[in-house]
Amino acid sequence: MPEINNTLLLIVILLNFFTLGSSRLGACIRAVALQGAILALLPLTVNGLTPHALGLAAGAFAFKGIFIPWLLFRAISEVRIRREIEPLIGYVPTLLLGALSTAAAFIFADSLPLVAEHRGTLFIPTALATLATGFLLLITRRKAITQVLGYLVFENGIFVFGVLLTTAMPLMVEAGVLLDLLVAVFIMGIVMHQINREFSTLNTERLSSLRE
Amino acid sequence: MTIAALILFPLALAVLSWPLPWDRGRSWLLPLAGTLHLLLTIRLFAEPPRPAGSWIAADALGLLVLGVSSLLFLCCSIYAVGYLRFRLDRGNRVIVPCLLIFLSALTLAALARHLGLLWLAVETTTLASAPLIYFNRNRRSIEATWKYLLLCSVGIALAMLGILFVAYAALHGGEQVSLQLDDLLAGAPGFSRPWLQAGFVFLLVGFGAKMGLAPLHSWKPDAYGEAPGLVGALLAGGLTSVAFLAILRGVQVMAAAGDLALARQSLIGLGVFSLALAAVFMIRQPDVKRLLAYSSVEHMGILAIGVGIGGLATFGAMFHLVNNALTKGVLFLAVGNIQRAYSSKYLGEVRGALVRVPVSAGLFLAGFLAITGTPPFGPFLSEFTILRGIFGAGHPWLAGLFLLLLAVVFVGMGSTVLAMTQGEEPAGMVDSGYRDSLLMVGPPLLLLLLVLGLGLFLPEPLRQFLQEAASLLEVAV
Repeated sequence: MPEINNTLLLIVILLNFFTLGSSRLGACIRAVALQGAILALLPLTVNGLTPHALGLAAGAFAFKGIFIPWLLFRAISEVRIRREIEPLIGYVPTLLLGALSTAAAFIFADSLPLVAEHRGTLFIPTALATLATGFLLLITRRKAITQVLGYLVFENGIFVFGVLLTTAMPLMVEAGVLLDLLVAVFIMGIVMHQINREFSTLNTERLSSLRE
Repeated sequence: MTIAALILFPLALAVLSWPLPWDRGRSWLLPLAGTLHLLLTIRLFAEPPRPAGSWIAADALGLLVLGVSSLLFLCCSIYAVGYLRFRLDRGNRVIVPCLLIFLSALTLAALARHLGLLWLAVETTTLASAPLIYFNRNRRSIEATWKYLLLCSVGIALAMLGILFVAYAALHGGEQVSLQLDDLLAGAPGFSRPWLQAGFVFLLVGFGAKMGLAPLHSWKPDAYGEAPGLVGALLAGGLTSVAFLAILRGVQVMAAAGDLALARQSLIGLGVFSLALAAVFMIRQPDVKRLLAYSSVEHMGILAIGVGIGGLATFGAMFHLVNNALTKGVLFLAVGNIQRAYSSKYLGEVRGALVRVPVSAGLFLAGFLAITGTPPFGPFLSEFTILRGIFGAGHPWLAGLFLLLLAVVFVGMGSTVLAMTQGEEPAGMVDSGYRDSLLMVGPPLLLLLLVLGLGLFLPEPLRQFLQEAASLLEVAV
């Protein structure tokens, strides 16, 4: 079902741009949640209704689409912040960088030695573009919560690539990976709560007392 | 059976320790777990190897890392009982279960023979150790924890990408797509070369961040600086060894694919860079725990160089892994005691430690001599073996640079350590209530004796075992 795959992957790329360009944290969390939920469909559209694909899809949907966003919403409601103010690089320049890296991802993916059935699909360019988006978010944003979102987008990029290799990753390991991701976000949520309590802000640039 | 018990019983104890209403009793669970773990590990050494194709099995490399970590954990767990008595205000409801989960994840990582499972275990060690770094609950430890979590999580995500690339190399090469190590080693000659090489580079960078190889070491001084001494010992001796093991699994696959040269060159590059960077930052370092962190970066560099050179140097690196872990245990535990006695870890405030806490300061001094490669301690032998390996492989320039950097480290570290231990106590010191006690001095003393013993006499079975581990990293002829 290449058409469905391509539609889903295009939505993933559009959501990348949305996260890069939006200053409202709630909207960003929703976008990343939606991205996770859409990615959860990919194992089904690629592999059909096998038990492995069903398990992976259900797990990814539950963790990426529901639990993790819920944890993040809880985190921002506790610290009462709604907007990312003053990113290190403005929204328009980050969007431009995002567009450039997406274009580069498409060109680069063309030159990679791929298996015949993956040639011409959107999987590899989407994975690369999503990885780049995650990195951009991690580097350019100051709020701890947007950095966590960057990490999640990065993980989503890896997931897109991983869908092509479902035979390599047994379901047990996939489930463990998702669980680790959830626990990571949970612990990051606790640390964010402590950052906010100690520093009265979630801006990570205040975390600068440890240096040479 | 033994393997399942090794991994599961610390988890079970962690679950049990949580509702226990008795703080002192909870602390004693740690030495209990440590002893049991070491006994089971020794039993595992005697067991016949499991059939090829298992997801969890012990080979020489895994057993080496497991044995060292287990020994270190036992010493740290005894120390922890004494340490947590001084920190009753903090409670131990979080630190004890986290230490036990950490032990379980470390064991799983050492014994995993499936790259996905290995990744899972290493990521779990990150998550279990984050609350340990945050133990002191102040601004500085929050900052250290945040940096540690974010950098290591992203780093390890890169490693996952590397693992997937390796799987894609198998798919593209038309081999069986499996991440089980035996399957990988069997199929590696047919793998698609560019994907495999990209995969190894990502693995190296990702697990290198976890191991603390420069330039991705920046979490290390912060985390080691703010975490309690015993956590520092476990991170510097156990966690880094496990991350190194993960890189070595990548080296094994590269060797099987006949692409060992690239793997070795990149290891040497990162190793020399780590060594040089650590040497620069160790000069005039006023914070003694950060000093130890840079020393850890340095020794990770030495390990990488050893494996990068190959042959005799690989054997030296395996030996050095043992020496480094045990010596780091001595140093971090002794520094923890000194910090307790002075309520400070800064050079300006800590003076004359040999007068105030003679045993701990003596251990610290001896540990410093050991880690900088002074005879007759174990690290001298292993560093010398690596050096001989570098000369033997025909890299005299590299060997010269190696020696020069080690000398810089010796001078840089020595000036701080001597200033702290020698001289008079600063005037007007408030008594912090800490005295050297058997529980807090015995474990580092035991570790130091082991390091000394390894320097004086390397038992033949251990030598053969290290040789066996090293031979896994060579091309099978």
